[in-house]
Amino acid sequence: MEIYLDHAATTYTDEHVLEAMRPFFRQGYGNPSSQHGFGRTAQKAVLKARHQTASVIGAKPEDIYFTSGGTESDNWAVKGIAETAGKGHIITTSVEHHAVLDTCDYLASRGFDVTYLPVDENGRVTAESVAEAIRPDTILISVMFANNETGVLMPVGEIGKLAHERGIPFHTDAVQAVGHVPIDVDALNIDLLSMSAHKFYGPKGVGALYIRGSVRLGRFMHGGAQEKGLRAGTLNTPGIVGLGAAAQLAAETMVQNAKHERLLSSRLAEGLLKLPDTRLNGAGAERLPGHVNMTFGGIEAEALFTYLDLDGIAVSTGSACSSGSFKPSYVLRAMGLSVEEARGSLRMSIGRENTLEQIDTAIEKTRAAVEKLRALSPLFAQRKGGVMHV
Amino acid sequence: MYNEKVLEHFKDPHNVGEIENPDGYAEVGSSECGDTMAMYIKVKDGRIDDIRYKTYGCCAAIASSSIATDMVKGKTIEEAEALSKADIVAELGGLPDKKIHCSLMVEDAIKAAIADYKSKR
Repeated sequence: MEIYLDHAATTYTDEHVLEAMRPFFRQGYGNPSSQHGFGRTAQKAVLKARHQTASVIGAKPEDIYFTSGGTESDNWAVKGIAETAGKGHIITTSVEHHAVLDTCDYLASRGFDVTYLPVDENGRVTAESVAEAIRPDTILISVMFANNETGVLMPVGEIGKLAHERGIPFHTDAVQAVGHVPIDVDALNIDLLSMSAHKFYGPKGVGALYIRGSVRLGRFMHGGAQEKGLRAGTLNTPGIVGLGAAAQLAAETMVQNAKHERLLSSRLAEGLLKLPDTRLNGAGAERLPGHVNMTFGGIEAEALFTYLDLDGIAVSTGSACSSGSFKPSYVLRAMGLSVEEARGSLRMSIGRENTLEQIDTAIEKTRAAVEKLRALSPLFAQRKGGVMHV
Repeated sequence: MYNEKVLEHFKDPHNVGEIENPDGYAEVGSSECGDTMAMYIKVKDGRIDDIRYKTYGCCAAIASSSIATDMVKGKTIEEAEALSKADIVAELGGLPDKKIHCSLMVEDAIKAAIADYKSKR
């Protein structure tokens, strides 16, 4: 039996989404930029997808720009603002996805000032710390909607409000959140928002950047008039149709999916917390419905991951022991976990197709694997207060 | 990523545990990745009579601990001291490049436990 508990990494493509995409490979294959009938058919499909995609975040369709996914959207948003400003100060957090962090590092190497805000023990950045970091030359605030490792929701509404009051563009990497929790770009004062279809039962390789009409972003891709000349390149019609269909489906099923995932994730966390020396990361914060990030004292998560993989259960470690340098999850470290605690952490992310039975099996297998590894571990004996030296 | 033999040892590691009043004991950590292990040996007539360990680490560290302790059990002190990480990796049928260093910790732990035994004599 295989149990997939890694929906935060990616989801499968929904059957209806796939059906919506299918005609645009063989029949509706015209280039949406062409003016003949073939092109117009594709154009119509892209326009529909633009509306569908916009509606899942309460945006205007003309403010949606299709991209290849979350990483591109993040790159465009952050570099685009920086390029328009020419110089200045950027505020972000220390727990962003690498698509934002690495882009900010790059800009820092090009002369921009970047503030990476810390988070509290629940992994949340506070609006107050954002307010305190603002300078006269601040050109951008970029704070993720929900963290990919812990699922912790950031106070995006509060940050949006203060960014708006000060006239600073506000970007949010909402890749993990779109389709899972309600988002309204106007109510939350979001100026730029990144999303990716494959995180909510759409296809891989397609996403969007929402750009509020009043925000000026530089051209990201040169070479054509697509996407108002800002992002050139033949539109990926089947992918875009898939993104639109997935967005519409997500909007329609969000409440019931969230309820289902919340039920299963609570059961999973409660089942695992029965193990001693175990904690749920971000427990004190609001989180995405399907995320469960646990720390098991005294064991190494890659070993646990491998035991579960052998049992057909797919999960994720925020960290991996690899050549040369060992880097435990920077997100968990930023929340105050020790290196050893971060190394003993595992992310399980639940999706709409998971069943109670699967969760119970996952609890049972995880508990057995943790107990087995603890019997093997000299650290667990120490953590229990046992004596290691003879 | 791991071969069958590595996974077999990982699933069912041999020689796990502790020895009361060991003749040699060592605690070794990998500076590269933070893995740690505790190694216990019992020596009789110049041979490794019993060997036990506890390991905190990834799959490669656990499988290396299991197979290396099998390899030195019953061997003379000199033979056990000569065991290298290359021997351990070869016996396992190979490890991913990034995981080779995990076997070094086991080699170090065996050597350190033997050194402890020698220092006590």
